[in-house]
Amino acid sequence: MLSSIVVEKVSKRYGDHRALAAVELTLTAGSVCALLGPNGAGKSTLLGILSTLVRATAGTVGYLEGDRRRKLDDRLRADIGLLAHSSLCYGELTAVENLEFFATLYGVADGAARARTLLDEVGLDGRARDRAVRTYSRGMVQRLALARALLARPSLLLLDEPFTGLDRGGALALGARLGQAKADGAIVVCVTHDLEAIAGVTDHVAILVGGKLACDERDPAGYSYAALRERYHAHAG
Amino acid sequence: MPGRALPTAPAADAVPASCSAAVGRRTTAPVGTLRLVAAVAGKDLKVELRSREILYTMALFAAVIVVVFSFSFVKDQKALVAAVPGVAWAAVVFAGTIGLGRAFEREREGDTMRALLLSPAPRLAIFAGKTVAIALLVVAVEAVVLPLCLLFFNVDLGAAVLDLVLVLVLGAIGFAIVGTVFAAMLLRIQSRDVLLPVVLYPILVPMIMSGTKATAAILAANDADAWFWIKFLAAYDCVFTIVALWTFEALVIE
Amino acid sequence: MRRILIPLLAACAAAGLAGTLYLVFYVTKLEQNLFFNQKIFYWHVPNWFMLFSMVFLCGGASIGYLVKRDPKWDDVAHAAGELAVLFGAIGLVTGSIWGKAAWGHWWIWELRLTTSLILWLTMLGYALVRRFAGPGSEPLCAGLAIFGMVNVPLVYFAVKLADKLGQASAHPKAKVVAQLDASMKGTFWLSVLTFAAVCALLFLVRIDAIRDARRLRAVRERGLDAGILEP
Repeated sequence: MLSSIVVEKVSKRYGDHRALAAVELTLTAGSVCALLGPNGAGKSTLLGILSTLVRATAGTVGYLEGDRRRKLDDRLRADIGLLAHSSLCYGELTAVENLEFFATLYGVADGAARARTLLDEVGLDGRARDRAVRTYSRGMVQRLALARALLARPSLLLLDEPFTGLDRGGALALGARLGQAKADGAIVVCVTHDLEAIAGVTDHVAILVGGKLACDERDPAGYSYAALRERYHAHAG
Repeated sequence: MPGRALPTAPAADAVPASCSAAVGRRTTAPVGTLRLVAAVAGKDLKVELRSREILYTMALFAAVIVVVFSFSFVKDQKALVAAVPGVAWAAVVFAGTIGLGRAFEREREGDTMRALLLSPAPRLAIFAGKTVAIALLVVAVEAVVLPLCLLFFNVDLGAAVLDLVLVLVLGAIGFAIVGTVFAAMLLRIQSRDVLLPVVLYPILVPMIMSGTKATAAILAANDADAWFWIKFLAAYDCVFTIVALWTFEALVIE
Repeated sequence: MRRILIPLLAACAAAGLAGTLYLVFYVTKLEQNLFFNQKIFYWHVPNWFMLFSMVFLCGGASIGYLVKRDPKWDDVAHAAGELAVLFGAIGLVTGSIWGKAAWGHWWIWELRLTTSLILWLTMLGYALVRRFAGPGSEPLCAGLAIFGMVNVPLVYFAVKLADKLGQASAHPKAKVVAQLDASMKGTFWLSVLTFAAVCALLFLVRIDAIRDARRLRAVRERGLDAGILEP
């Protein structure tokens, strides 16, 4: 179980294009960080670096478990759940098959049962889950992607625009699910434009502008929609 | 359904949290690498059997090559038997390259290559799984090429056809090993479609040579030569398995 | 050090090229079987020596890079890989001219010719990937070089064994050098030294350029990473 993530002067460049410049950020267990910012601010890049798949061009990310720094090995990846822009699922397979396949890769015992539980939880319809994923609507894909991210009970949950394609009810339910992950002591990072959906769950606001961290503040009491909007406009205009 | 709220499914209340203790615990013992290899290969084949896209296009492409080339080697309304080995191996390698490119392109849709690399499965298992799947695809194509060649070139091999099958399977394995490393390496590069054959074929030369020589020897019923080249082919597979195992981790990750 | 070494090598190479040309045409005797055709041998063979040394330097440096991850090794592999393409091209052209004169064919499928051609194609692919793969592709290029190097003996033996039932090879064997008379031998080894100087000179100049480009890129990247430079 990861207890905190320390991002130390992390920079990322793609050739001459700079995505992140010396970002410093600490993420703690049992908290939901709303990572905000305009398009192209480097939010997805930061998530990629946190997921260990993108290598920072400078700086380090420390994955701490108590006082111990975890090694960047295969086992660390088991503790990370990612919901990305793309589904990370196979279009030709059904939702159940996708989850069962990833359950095998993650070494999750009784993958079939775990897949059913998760699909119930994210509200993916009983008939739909045995159809090929390429026939799904955006919202259904998003639910499946969430189930995939939660599959191995990650203690670091990274979400890139998870509210896309969900209706208001679905978005609220997802917000509640994030609240639950927070209560379970997970580290949650959520990149989003949907301030209304994330309000009430988040207790940590980080705003990226042009690859630099413009705002990094916490409030254990949480943030209202108005408070989030006020901060977003103050920093990202 | 798209419009539904997240927790509306009936069982959602019965199993409230993702933390229901009985299911979903991670196994403590390391899952056998072989199981992971089988899972990755099985997944690839399942996806392929659903769409059959790669299989059909590869098989048709290989068949077209065999037909067109046997047509160009016709003399007195009969195709030259001496052209069989070359035509067969050209068809296998070209069709194999198409399949290789598509098999990796498919992992880009839905960004599933990232999902594979993000999982705690060792990279070795992912690499081996993809190699197995590609080798099986190439074998499937060879199952089309071989009868077509025998048919168009009027060859009757009898029991020696089994030797030919062995040669083709060893060739498919060699192709899959080198091809998977190269295709995975080139995955991040823009011009990978063109670069893949450019860098792959020179490395495949010993395989193609020993394959054609073995095929020619079998057609000429020259057992000693055939076995010599079969052994050479096996040695080629071994050498590049070792090189691939040594380098792939350093190459694929970034 | 470089400031002396590079002009020195350039002078040696220039003198060597002029000197060997003079020796080849005015001093060495005509060869008994090939007569005037044999003259190209003095320039043809050293090019192949350089090709193979550059290929193995490239492969060795690539292994070094994968093990140590020090960009210095990658610079060596990069420069050596490019020079292998150059010397291979010269070797193929001079070889073809000789082949046409000696055998009446620009090209025959013979052991040395085939092996060298495939090796050259491999290095050409390497150079292409170097050029088009962009930054971050160093491990990939290293892998390519290693596969190419391992492939050399496999290709050699495949062609050699495939040829074993055929006629004896038309290509002169390595032992011809030992059979040359003193003036021919001297000229030949002087020529080898000359091309070694050319190769070393090009290698030094090229590796300096590659290293400078890499350092410049690194400085610029550090500036971008630190947020001092704006893209």
